[in-house]
Amino acid sequence: MGFLDRMSTVVQAKMNKIMDRIEDPRETLDVSYEKQLQLLQNVKRGVAEVATSKKRLDLQKAKLQLNLDKLDGQAREALQAGREDLARRALENKASIQAQMATLDQQIADLAEQQRKLMEAESRLATKVEAFRTKKETIKAQYSAADAQVKITESVTGISEEMADVGMAVQRAEEKTENMRARSAALDELLESGTLTDYSGGDDLDRELAKVKAQSSVNDMLAKMKEEMKK
Amino acid sequence: MIIRILGEGQFRLDDSLVQKINKIDNQIVDHVSKGKKTEYVQDLANLISTIKELAEPVDPVEILPSDIIIPPSDLSFEEARKVFCDEGLIKG
Repeated sequence: MGFLDRMSTVVQAKMNKIMDRIEDPRETLDVSYEKQLQLLQNVKRGVAEVATSKKRLDLQKAKLQLNLDKLDGQAREALQAGREDLARRALENKASIQAQMATLDQQIADLAEQQRKLMEAESRLATKVEAFRTKKETIKAQYSAADAQVKITESVTGISEEMADVGMAVQRAEEKTENMRARSAALDELLESGTLTDYSGGDDLDRELAKVKAQSSVNDMLAKMKEEMKK
Repeated sequence: MIIRILGEGQFRLDDSLVQKINKIDNQIVDHVSKGKKTEYVQDLANLISTIKELAEPVDPVEILPSDIIIPPSDLSFEEARKVFCDEGLIKG
């Protein structure tokens, strides 16, 4: 079975859940419409949630930037006082904050993209819901006609697919923001405890390489700082 | 033929181009079963950009069922695996 067939099965399962337990075809139209309106509200909430998460990360980034500036100042002071060991420690912290900042930038960009997509989905769904409302009244008026049943099935199936799609997008966005919230809380804790040298993620090799890289960037920063202070 | 890219709406594609889509689909199956993560990411991006390039977006006013469903562009390798394990993309 191909990958795309599997995807269809996944979406079909969602659609079945949406179209569940409706017997009277006329009722199908109204129940579906109710669900569409509910979903529209959910999408709006989803968009707001993503926006809030993004704002939280923006704030965290500003906080990290303040930390960077502070550590920079401390390293300079330490060097002036002839304490290279302290300067090195400050710069080590600086290097790990810089690494965290890069991750944060990526997450902020991800959320911005997510927000854009959800907003587009919301606008597509709103258009479809409005089209469905008009269609539903037309079909109801012609219900005695033999092809009404076919039309009902067609439009309900079509809109249910859209709803399954948008519903999944909202759920995935929620999962993502939840993950980010957890990571962001962990980062806050690390910041507070002052033990930012967290080379988590990846395997042993990744961690070792990250350490080597951080060490060499500390050496570079230290050398540069000394150079500047000579002037 | 109507194609839905999850999270991005529907597109109308000429039936004669389905072969192209099927070919990439088979490659993706292969990558997922062999654990080739990088190739999977590349081919999923390739699949989506191919469709966007060849197909016309469907006007949102039209209410139509799709013939093919394409996963969202940010579907991770781990999520793709789950789709194959019959666990579905999202619980429930």
